[in-house]
Amino acid sequence: MNYWWLIFAMALVTFLPRYLPMAFAGKLRLSPLILRALEFVPIAVLSVIIAQASFYRGGILDISFSNAHLIAASVSVIVGTVTRHMFTTILTGLIVFSSLKILFI
Amino acid sequence: MSNKQQFIDGVVATIPLVIAAFPFGVVFGAMAQTIDLTALQTVGMSALVFAGSSQFIAVTLLASAASFPVIVFTIFIVNLRHMLYSANLITRAKKWPHYWRVPLAFWMTDETFAAVSGKLLRQPETSGLRWFYFGSAIFMYSFWQLSSLTGFLLGQKLPGLADWGLEIAMIVAFIGIVVPVLKARADWACAITAVVIGIVSYDWPHQSGLLFSAAVAIAVGLLVDRRQL
Repeated sequence: MNYWWLIFAMALVTFLPRYLPMAFAGKLRLSPLILRALEFVPIAVLSVIIAQASFYRGGILDISFSNAHLIAASVSVIVGTVTRHMFTTILTGLIVFSSLKILFI
Repeated sequence: MSNKQQFIDGVVATIPLVIAAFPFGVVFGAMAQTIDLTALQTVGMSALVFAGSSQFIAVTLLASAASFPVIVFTIFIVNLRHMLYSANLITRAKKWPHYWRVPLAFWMTDETFAAVSGKLLRQPETSGLRWFYFGSAIFMYSFWQLSSLTGFLLGQKLPGLADWGLEIAMIVAFIGIVVPVLKARADWACAITAVVIGIVSYDWPHQSGLLFSAAVAIAVGLLVDRRQL
């Protein structure tokens, strides 16, 4: 079968979940509990992505000093907690990661 | 803040995320070429679908000769997290005309959601958020096409690009967005739960672990939250 059919079907099932909640925004009355739950979405989802991307290397759980991603991420979390500044947090993480790569590999 | 300034801010906030996504786009393009998609189909998929994890699933499953319905269903499940992102922005989106909502929804990705929700967490009252979103999205979109095409054209000549560890840029960008806004105990409870359950459920099929962890973390956040409803 033609790959274009697959691409169009993929486009549809990707677009709908992205659009439907926004399409009904303003028409739908949501309970205060649901709205409060939605407020937690960024923290919840991004934290899962951060954890899975830093603790797993090549599909394997790697909690060791050879996991540069995990070390840089941990330092970033500490800097973010103390400074509460986005760009300082990002920059520190990148510097720690590059230093580890340059020094040890 | 002017619309132009918001647009530029959106682009700037997305720079680390584009750096992290670029190698994945290249790898996608290279994989697409090996399963005999044409250049037009490769870039066409990136342009019409515009979802990294879905595209990876498609080329991986195509390589193992999965049927089209299986691929489409799997992608639908994986994309359910976008529904949460879109729902999170409802209170803002209801002020946008529909000719803004359609393209902005189409451009929703982990990266742009991270940038936009981070902006909202830091500056809840910011006006012209759709311009920030637009800047982030169009920047991400252009580079996604560019990276897919690059991968298609020279995929075999860029050995091990995915092993450079560039996803560190995404990790620390997400940390920079989330950690500074963790203030109330409920925020911390939510984040820590997400990390622990996320690690445990990592290898569940079709990213179901991601949705499950997020759901549990949200529930824990609600339980710990002391504000009156």
